[in-house]
Amino acid sequence: MIHLTIDGIAVEVEEGTTILNAARKYGIEIPTLCYLEGILPDGSCRLCVVEVVSRGRAKIDTACTLRCSEGDEVFTMSEKVVESRRNSLDLLLSDHRLHCFSCEANGDCKLQDYCVEYGVEKTSYKNMEVRECEIDDTNKFFSYDPSICILCHRCVNTCNEIVGRGSIGTMNRGFQSIIGAPGGKKWIDSTCESCGNCVQACPTGALSMKRRKKYRAFQADKKVRTTCPHCATGCQMDLIVKDNKIVDCVGADGPSNHGLLCVKGRSGSFDFVDHKDRIRHPLIKNKETGEFEQATWDEALDLVASKFTEIKNNYGGEALAGFACSRSTNEDIYMLQKMVRTAFHSNNTDNCARV
Amino acid sequence: MTNTIYDITRESDVIMLVGSNPEHAHPVIGMQVRQAVARGAKLIVVDPRDIDLASKATVHLKLKPGTNVAFANGMMNIFIEEDLIDHKFIEERTENFEAMKEMVKDYTPEKVAQICNIDPEELRKAARLYATADKAPIMYCLGVTEHHTGTEGVMSLSNMAMMVGKIGRPGCGVNPIRGQNNVQGACDMGASPNQFSGYQNIDKPGVLEKFEKAWGVELNPNIGTKATDCFPKMLTGEIKGLFIFGEDPVRTDPNTHHVIECLKAVDFFVIDELFMTETAKYADVILPGRSYAEKEGTFSNTERRVQRVRKAVEIAGDTKPDTWIFTEIMNRMGYPQPHLTPAEIMDEIASVTPSFAGISHARLDSEEVNGQGLQWPCTSKDHPGTPIMHVGKFARGLGYFRPAAYVPSMEQPDDEYPLIMMTGRILEHYNACAMTGRTEEINEIAGSSFIEINKADADKLGIENGEMVQITSRRGTIQARAEVAYKTNPGQCWMPFNFLEGNPNWLCSDALDSISRTPEYKVCAIKVEKL
Repeated sequence: MIHLTIDGIAVEVEEGTTILNAARKYGIEIPTLCYLEGILPDGSCRLCVVEVVSRGRAKIDTACTLRCSEGDEVFTMSEKVVESRRNSLDLLLSDHRLHCFSCEANGDCKLQDYCVEYGVEKTSYKNMEVRECEIDDTNKFFSYDPSICILCHRCVNTCNEIVGRGSIGTMNRGFQSIIGAPGGKKWIDSTCESCGNCVQACPTGALSMKRRKKYRAFQADKKVRTTCPHCATGCQMDLIVKDNKIVDCVGADGPSNHGLLCVKGRSGSFDFVDHKDRIRHPLIKNKETGEFEQATWDEALDLVASKFTEIKNNYGGEALAGFACSRSTNEDIYMLQKMVRTAFHSNNTDNCARV
Repeated sequence: MTNTIYDITRESDVIMLVGSNPEHAHPVIGMQVRQAVARGAKLIVVDPRDIDLASKATVHLKLKPGTNVAFANGMMNIFIEEDLIDHKFIEERTENFEAMKEMVKDYTPEKVAQICNIDPEELRKAARLYATADKAPIMYCLGVTEHHTGTEGVMSLSNMAMMVGKIGRPGCGVNPIRGQNNVQGACDMGASPNQFSGYQNIDKPGVLEKFEKAWGVELNPNIGTKATDCFPKMLTGEIKGLFIFGEDPVRTDPNTHHVIECLKAVDFFVIDELFMTETAKYADVILPGRSYAEKEGTFSNTERRVQRVRKAVEIAGDTKPDTWIFTEIMNRMGYPQPHLTPAEIMDEIASVTPSFAGISHARLDSEEVNGQGLQWPCTSKDHPGTPIMHVGKFARGLGYFRPAAYVPSMEQPDDEYPLIMMTGRILEHYNACAMTGRTEEINEIAGSSFIEINKADADKLGIENGEMVQITSRRGTIQARAEVAYKTNPGQCWMPFNFLEGNPNWLCSDALDSISRTPEYKVCAIKVEKL
């Protein structure tokens, strides 16, 4: 084990632990923009810098890349550290279009949060012109605006290292750098699966779900943690609700998905809920016209109960069958089979596992 | 799954994927398999198609559809022949090995290579890779089960795993990647003709009596009819009343013409649905239930992990919670069922289901569980759940080798229908699109059906990539766009079943697995014609 102090607190960690992880273990917050848990650090945003006194020598270094060594004294908020972070934010803003009012990420932007925290309202660099870049909105679900991209590479690292698709990379060099598909392809023509995990990883509004134009994150009423309704991976996700409508869905850190979602989970799991095609009243088919007619619950349920009872009385329970839905909840399914066994007096119950 | 997604993708040295295309059917598992390969795990892909993961595989056995049992027997023949078996595991933890040995004796790599249309050396390579790995899971999906010998296919995979001692440990196991979000739960909850919740057999002494006591009613002691066998009984008049909760068999069952005839033949058909599906159109009464976002409850994922579903919104109209609907019908038919909340229903489930005894909504929402869900068996309130099954001992005691001989698929190609068609899922949509089809952007990126056909076959038929073609089997005719490439072998085609237009279920064979009664969706004979 390695022993060191962080902001005066005695810390003990395993050899090889980075200063960032050591600090997090002890509840000490260090700001990060590019850091992604579980993969090799990018070390590009320079926001996690700390001051380290190691063997009598002081230095400023990035906490995400620097490993703890015995006897280190780490200072996460020293004057030099704060100055360095201010300078990094200043540099980031020098190449960042400041249109926060009309940016979808307004109020939900890590860059904005840190700039407020460190008192960097605008860049001090003179005569900086934010490059004119084309927005790539060819993907159906999200768009990419290079003029507010801080090149933290979280999206690229997410796509390459975590999603494992490798659809995007950093194109061009220097001030011309942008995120894109190899060969200058538009997003839609790339190998992108539209899972949107890159968008969720973006700390600014550079990559933004198009549906974010319809609501402001801070105006959402609630976030509801639930399980995806499509395949059996069991991804955990948060449904974002505003005015009793689901307006968005984001990945949550569940045991089987670790924050990831696929295109269906992220973008195909809520439009249907309050869709105009939903059947909203009981319907009984008119035998003569063959058309469905709206009915009350009592009318529909009494008809169902009387018809099924009649069949049961005349032919026995085994003339009835009831199939459960593998897309519904355990509680629903349990009650469905209980209905078949108790009220129908039949064991003709099954589910769609076979088909 | 015997194991968890985490351990089989994080701790494995080799992963064997059989009849599973997780990048499309289970994308977030697919992402984790890709991570595993990037970490250095070797991949064996056993699949008749060039799925994307095949390009990352050390060995890809592009076998003929319907030959899984022969493949598995061939693998075991090599394990025994080259002494790659785990003698200690076989001796201490299994039985019937000698019969297994006898069965696979004739399945030499050369013979199997001929049946499966693969290279015997590649089979040897796969066998050595899997058997000699310290940790190697088998992951399988519908490519194994959707055959008339599907159950034998699953047993054969288990036989393989037992023979090399790869079960009951992290990074190993036999892992079905289940389809729908709660298909595991649907089976767990007793929506089965022969079992109550937690796989308690109706005909096991004491079980029926237990449920009669718990529910306060006399129950029917006769084992029921499986869904796929119910349909023919609708035609013969043995089944006269049908209640379907949220299924769309007109879209998802094989031989669509036959399914429609059956539904029309029923005297009284009730459906609890969200949308006017193709199946709902044939109903006498439609009861509008609620979607996952409008109710409390739980889903059980493919890892047997029970996780919470929470109510987010209420929609306008007069829909009702599905449990309210079932409870009302029970009462109106004379069975006194009090209205219970989903949490109370889970408490009842726990009280009658030993493997769920420790599961409750309160516990799932607790700090102790911390959003990780609970994996059954979870037999008491202080039981932490079971991430890995069969550790130290199989659920049945000794692992039983169940030898299975290779039997060809029911429908073989012939002069009139010369091509084999398989069906499957695509990334963008889920099953019959009832949910995903309501997202416009998804329809824009994946809006129509297609048929994958090998270039050699397409050339013979004069079919160009992208043109509409006519596809016919003994049961029907559909049209779809041709995707001409080398993804399938010559003589084989593949179609997604997600779309209303160009749905291959009109063509699929309704031959059923002899045990599970699962249809043989993966093999039917077709012809493809230029329009």
